[in-house]
Amino acid sequence: MPEVKVRKTLMTVEEIFHEGGPAQEKPLRRAAALAVIRNPFAGRYVQDIAGFMDDLKPLGMEMAKSLIAALGGDSGVVEGYGKGAIVGSAGELEHGALWHVPGGYAMREVLGGAKAIVASTKKVGGPGTRLDVPITHINAAYVRSHFDAIEVGIGDGPRADEMVLALVMTTGARVHARVGGLKASEIKGEDGLR
Amino acid sequence: MKARIRKLATFVEETRSEMGRAIEPPTRRAAAVAVIDNPYAGKYVEDLSELMEIGEELGELLTRRAVAALGIAPTTAESYGKAAAVGENGEIEHAAAILHPKLGTPVRRVLGKGAALIPSSKKRGGMGVALDIPLGHKDAAFVRSHFDGMEVRINDAPRANEILVAVAVTDSGRPLARVGGLTKDNIKGEDGLR
Repeated sequence: MPEVKVRKTLMTVEEIFHEGGPAQEKPLRRAAALAVIRNPFAGRYVQDIAGFMDDLKPLGMEMAKSLIAALGGDSGVVEGYGKGAIVGSAGELEHGALWHVPGGYAMREVLGGAKAIVASTKKVGGPGTRLDVPITHINAAYVRSHFDAIEVGIGDGPRADEMVLALVMTTGARVHARVGGLKASEIKGEDGLR
Repeated sequence: MKARIRKLATFVEETRSEMGRAIEPPTRRAAAVAVIDNPYAGKYVEDLSELMEIGEELGELLTRRAVAALGIAPTTAESYGKAAAVGENGEIEHAAAILHPKLGTPVRRVLGKGAALIPSSKKRGGMGVALDIPLGHKDAAFVRSHFDGMEVRINDAPRANEILVAVAVTDSGRPLARVGGLTKDNIKGEDGLR
């Protein structure tokens, strides 16, 4: 399968102290890693694309590790995650789906075997397209305080023959979470759901 | 701190190739952004000195964060810029109060030098407004390879009563710069221009 060619990367880290309520002693941190890569299947229909998932594995690992580094280097602080892809106009949505396996498994691996499915979204769009990447708890998808989303995007990508690949991690609940539901302290963490 | 900070964000961009050509080493730039309360939102206030003090605090905080995000020694930074976006209940002059009287001195103190004017931009806008931070060489404004701009945005800021303040720092100029002019190797770095 084709080589993975990265044109550019973007790392964003947000540190949230409050959102109108009491300031947090330990602010919530949310990091998003983006890579703008060439879409090797742009401009034509290619039937057999699945092999590219293996080619993307090293990039997935690089991005997952860079997120942990951006959050201070300790994978133990990560409580939420998500992933997404924006496919440039000469590609198809299915090309974005190639990111599910290498992106998701890379994050689970660097987090020591996280249990929950990695929430995801994808779309086709032009340069500057914004993507709301969904976030859930890494071990129990039903933890209500950790349902969140990070808006990502990059001004000059994806060009028509590119894809923007995204991985995101957070260090905790929404900053003033108070709508009940399953708490992070109550999870079993066996089935990835509760 | 005088500033009431709701959120801090950093953005690190690394360009590894352009038009299929490798950029070696990659060009890297970082922006640190603070989302703060606007103490003068919704009313005309003659004396803007509180925002000037806040500018001084943020000059140091944001420059330190941007340099840390780049992971370079502060003295090796090559270009810089600053910008602010005022929420709808504020005025452009509030951005000016933050950016111009006092923000620059701590930026230069952190970077060790900075003979050149710090290029700046400001605007008023709603949440998610894009801030285009102008960039110029920190010791010689005429270095043509370092004229650039970095777009940042935060989807939930500025709220009506907030201000978004950004400082950007780079370790390099544009990728594949080739339009001539003064080069960084030929500067004197005394008058801030050449």
